[in-house]
Amino acid sequence: MSEMRYEAPSTLKAAVALLAEAKGPARVLAGGTDLLIQMRSKRVEPELLVDIKNIAEMRSIAVEGGRFRFGAAVSGMELLEHEAFAKAWPGVIDGVKLIGSVQVRGRATVGGNLCNASPAADSVPPLIAAGAMVSIIGPNGRREARVEDVVTGPGKTSLAKGEIVVSFELPERAAHSGDAYLRFIPRSEMDIAVVGTGVNLTLDGKGVCSAARVSLGAVAERALLVPEAAAALIGTKVDAAALERLAAAASAACRPIDDKRGTKEFRIKVAGVMVRRTAEIALARAKGNR
Amino acid sequence: MAKHHVTATVNGDAVEFLCDTQQSLLDVLRDELGLTGTKEGCSTGDCGACTVTVDGRPVCSCLVLGVEAAGKSIQTIEGMASGSKLHPLQRKFLEHAALQCGYCTPGILMSARALLERNPDPTEEEVRLWLAGNLCRCTGFHKIIDAVLDAASEMRKG
Repeated sequence: MSEMRYEAPSTLKAAVALLAEAKGPARVLAGGTDLLIQMRSKRVEPELLVDIKNIAEMRSIAVEGGRFRFGAAVSGMELLEHEAFAKAWPGVIDGVKLIGSVQVRGRATVGGNLCNASPAADSVPPLIAAGAMVSIIGPNGRREARVEDVVTGPGKTSLAKGEIVVSFELPERAAHSGDAYLRFIPRSEMDIAVVGTGVNLTLDGKGVCSAARVSLGAVAERALLVPEAAAALIGTKVDAAALERLAAAASAACRPIDDKRGTKEFRIKVAGVMVRRTAEIALARAKGNR
Repeated sequence: MAKHHVTATVNGDAVEFLCDTQQSLLDVLRDELGLTGTKEGCSTGDCGACTVTVDGRPVCSCLVLGVEAAGKSIQTIEGMASGSKLHPLQRKFLEHAALQCGYCTPGILMSARALLERNPDPTEEEVRLWLAGNLCRCTGFHKIIDAVLDAASEMRKG
């Protein structure tokens, strides 16, 4: 076994410098629930691990001007236990709650769930639906990106060498808004999404949908934002006809693979069914019926 | 490269050990510290046999590096009983025959204890969901759930 260096810097600057200066393969270690398995199976053989859990900014959850910002190294359980966050973004919580087991969520982070770049990552569609941004730091400084622009394909991201996702920022929560995420799996726990659907919507004073974002997971090479599906909801009272159009638009946006967990045809059909149910939950939450 | 020199607390005792970067906390507990109560099952975080708590949070010790344990407080199954006095969960597992081969039991007890510390009066569904990351291939789970609920009931009575 080759020798592997382990560093646990306490500042972002030091972490970026370590990654940027690495000669061989380097990896960021957050929760490690994907990385350690990949290392053990030799799918990745890093010479350097940079553990980012000692960096305060990456471990905090804060609300600034109504906008939640949480560090990319916050564990799933820490986010689930944050009552104010859970109240504001129940759909993001729906997704995080579905990642692995209690033990896995005790370690796994949303930053890792995103950067591992699985098309089936459960926290990603609800964050896309929420309109979340990520703050990225690298050798050339800070930049912001939309969550939907980070993953480019299975195991691939748009991050440059030395760049780290530092934190997630969610927009201010509008009145009468709600979000939800559902996934289809053949059992109730401990599985990988066959289809995942995220919906975030806002109602005006008359109960008409004034804004919406719809996202799909596990039906393409990465999680998708589907503006056509959101358009089916906007301007409606999210009635049966709107839900019908939503389902059709979501199914039309799918470009899934066939694999042992589901055929293309099944995923396309189920995406329509799940997105409709997800919208109904988001609607109930927007109306205050949690 | 030199090994990492790590100091931590295990079951309330200060410990120190040397480990390579690749060594998991599970490897360290079993091979460096001789605490073989924690079992290796899948090594991929699916089965929960290696569950321990780190700073009070249940985790799969196969998915934690030994070097990450620096400065942390770890609890393993060896710290569950007080001398010869079993923890109520351990006693109820025996009473309900909630184990057969016993390989998954240390991990399940560690998970269940973490649940009851947070929620002393869980519903059956809450117990089942919390223990979803602990697989048992012998019992069919019913007796495990019965034992946890019975232990919770007894612990609530004090």
